[in-house]
Amino acid sequence: MNLADRLRQALGPGVVFQGAENVIVYEYDYGLDRGMPDLVVLPRSTVEVQVVVREAQAAHVPIVARGAGTGISGGAVPNSGGVVIGLSRMNRILEIDADNRCAVVQPGAINLDLSQAAEPYGLFFAPDPSSQKASTIGGNVANNAGGPHCLSLGVTVNHVLGVEVVLHDGSLVCLGGKSADGPGLDLTGLLVGSEGTLGVVTEVTVRLLPLPEAVRTTLALFASVEEASEAVSGLIGRGLVPSALEMMDRLALSAIEAAFHAGYPPEAGAVLLVEVDGLLEQVEAQAAVVDAVCRAAGALEIRLAATADERARLWAARKGAASAMGRIAPNYYLHDAVVPRTQLPRILAHVVEIGQRYDLPIANLFHAGDGNLHPMILFDAREAGILDRVMAAGREILTRCIEAGGTITGEHGVGLEKQSFMPLIFTPADLEVMARVRSALDPSGNFNPNKVLPTPGIAHGTAQRAGMPGLAPEGMWV
Amino acid sequence: MGLSALPAAADLSQCVHCGLCLQNCPTYLLTGHEAESPRGRIHLIQALNEGRVEPNATYRQHIEQCLVCRNCESVCPSGVHFGRIMEAGRAQLYERTSLSLAERIFRRLAFTELLPHRNRLRTLFGALLLYQRSGLQRLVRASRLLPAPLAQAESLLPDLAAPFLPRMDVYPAEGPRRYRVGFFTGCVMPLVYGQVHTATLRVLRHNGCEVHVPREQVCCGALNVHGGEQRGARDLARQNLRAFLGRGLDAVVVNSAGCGATMKEYGELLGDGVQAQEFGRLTRDVTEFLASIELEPFRRSVRRTVTLQESCHLVHAQRIKDAPRKLLAAIPGLELRDMAHPELCCGSAGLYMLTQREMSTRILDDKMGEIARTGARTIVTANPGCMMQLQHGLARSGITGDVKHVVELVDEAYGVVS
Repeated sequence: MNLADRLRQALGPGVVFQGAENVIVYEYDYGLDRGMPDLVVLPRSTVEVQVVVREAQAAHVPIVARGAGTGISGGAVPNSGGVVIGLSRMNRILEIDADNRCAVVQPGAINLDLSQAAEPYGLFFAPDPSSQKASTIGGNVANNAGGPHCLSLGVTVNHVLGVEVVLHDGSLVCLGGKSADGPGLDLTGLLVGSEGTLGVVTEVTVRLLPLPEAVRTTLALFASVEEASEAVSGLIGRGLVPSALEMMDRLALSAIEAAFHAGYPPEAGAVLLVEVDGLLEQVEAQAAVVDAVCRAAGALEIRLAATADERARLWAARKGAASAMGRIAPNYYLHDAVVPRTQLPRILAHVVEIGQRYDLPIANLFHAGDGNLHPMILFDAREAGILDRVMAAGREILTRCIEAGGTITGEHGVGLEKQSFMPLIFTPADLEVMARVRSALDPSGNFNPNKVLPTPGIAHGTAQRAGMPGLAPEGMWV
Repeated sequence: MGLSALPAAADLSQCVHCGLCLQNCPTYLLTGHEAESPRGRIHLIQALNEGRVEPNATYRQHIEQCLVCRNCESVCPSGVHFGRIMEAGRAQLYERTSLSLAERIFRRLAFTELLPHRNRLRTLFGALLLYQRSGLQRLVRASRLLPAPLAQAESLLPDLAAPFLPRMDVYPAEGPRRYRVGFFTGCVMPLVYGQVHTATLRVLRHNGCEVHVPREQVCCGALNVHGGEQRGARDLARQNLRAFLGRGLDAVVVNSAGCGATMKEYGELLGDGVQAQEFGRLTRDVTEFLASIELEPFRRSVRRTVTLQESCHLVHAQRIKDAPRKLLAAIPGLELRDMAHPELCCGSAGLYMLTQREMSTRILDDKMGEIARTGARTIVTANPGCMMQLQHGLARSGITGDVKHVVELVDEAYGVVS
């Protein structure tokens, strides 16, 4: 009996999927890479995940855990085939423990659903990636996801108290838990951000924070990205840590406004979206500082969101910004890099210059407060040879960021996309210790193989060409 | 969509596969399977174009289980025209696949022999009315003689009231004429929900509308378009253009959201023809029209607790969200209690409730759960398919209540209890 039959026998009908018409939709995530699985399993319980892991291990095939497929680095793309464990059906919020300010969820629970479930208790889950209305907590844990409000509150690892994990042999361990700072090695911290290479997370205990008493959201318009960057430096220089500090350039604004009509001015050279929260008295004072600093930096106009609805619309548009790029380009490569925030203006100048030199339009979104930039290189994949240019331009941007003291990813993870960049920021000894930790937890090497750590022969930007929308030969549709 | 049955490359490449549609797709929410999501279905259609998958039974299932509720279009940041892609994708599928004899008969009956012919539909529904009123229905149900698929279809049929049979081509306005409007009556609505048409006509006339009900009008063609049968849809559209244009109308009012959505898209169906575009510009959902004019004052209060099921073809395809709420809020005495996700499909989706029984029922049962939690006694909606499905839902779930079209409640507030 083959693996599919054994799994079908163990798990019953409607759980195990085979055949191109079923599994081809698991060859992608939100990024550029592609890879077909042999089998897709959609388990409904931890026990079923254990069964899949044991059977897959007995068959010696790769095991790739997947949340909602909203990742951008190819982490959930089964580029070596094997079994995809889709966790979409394990999506329940098991407990909101308001007194202890935490929640227990299944890995497929949706990020935004958790915050909405916590809201009646005056609580929320802090990490708010732009994908939060679709992405799963399990995926957030795997990638140590960030988000606009992680500037003041920290990224996912700061909000995970414990995880339940299925290990390589199908056994189950519970790491961490509701009580703070347990004894022993911090294995919870190790699991967060491990991108499915150490095990399959089947339950997560997360910290919830109290909703702030007051929030002030300011939209400041500038003539240029340089002036907006100056305002960012000014704000940080004044010792102010806004809860979010976002920048968008003109090209990004044109797509955002076309998609959302939320009041972003497409004619501005750049805008800052600055949010402060806390006690009522505190936010009034902070909003005044934001106003003064932005004006001093040359802001053309400053708008304060008047209602909760207006604020919600500004944020919905910001978070949908990258997804709106389909309006202005058939394809784009969304990058993720970090520089010390004082270096932002310099790196931006480089990005502009690189775009001009490679003749590629680049739209920019930034979590400016923590120096996290998201240049989006726009292109039409049907143009011959363009992908090589896009890849080369992207590589050059990342190299400049590293030279400026930065790093290759802020929040999207390494996955398939960034693994060839790992030697640029880590020494062979660094990478060796990571490899040893990985093989200690997964001696089989079957958990998400050929990901994260540099793998000879696996290069981003090549494997995906056959499957990428728009890359079919001309005339295919005639 | 043009004349080609193939999905346009430009439409397909607009999807950036970000996945922000997933949580707004009723079939993905139920199955958790990517192939039952908008992003997955677009990828499948793309893959068929590229020859990477076959139009086999699995492919068909994923494509046909789509409700085409277009909730994904409402939330797509890149503005992907999902409805257009799916309609072309189905047309392509039916060109490349061999349908079973039963399927061919069903499609032929529905799209060619019945929907385009008003008289045949009237005869059929006349027979059904007789079937219900003569007591034959009770006998048949008690006998359990009907084969399962027929029995399921039969159970969806609401208790039929008197059909709407217009006696005049032009009904004068009550009082001074403020507007000259056409009234699109459709194929199923006048026969199954004649009372909704009667209410619509009364409300329009009461608000100063001279109402034209051209006899030459036919079915809008929506069910053909959704089923990937464009040719028949174009014939129907052309007949409707002839029936309504040239009368100097301020608007063509329609009370079926599904018809309205298709009528507004006649331009696309007929290759951007000038007349088709003009017809599309004139088309107004009845809630949209009433919310846009100054209404005569209401005369009585309507003591109902209601919950609004936002018909997909109103809220997603036509992007009309506020109009029904504005009307309901204006009605004295009425209390609106929102259910969770009123914008999520009820599983009706035109012929879907007949062709995809299992999925349709699972979606309906979840919907009825949300409705029960509101405690409302009246479900309000804006489309005959939704009304039929929700009435079936009331019967299935054992909830006491009724289903009304928004315009029926407006009519009640004007003093006529239907």
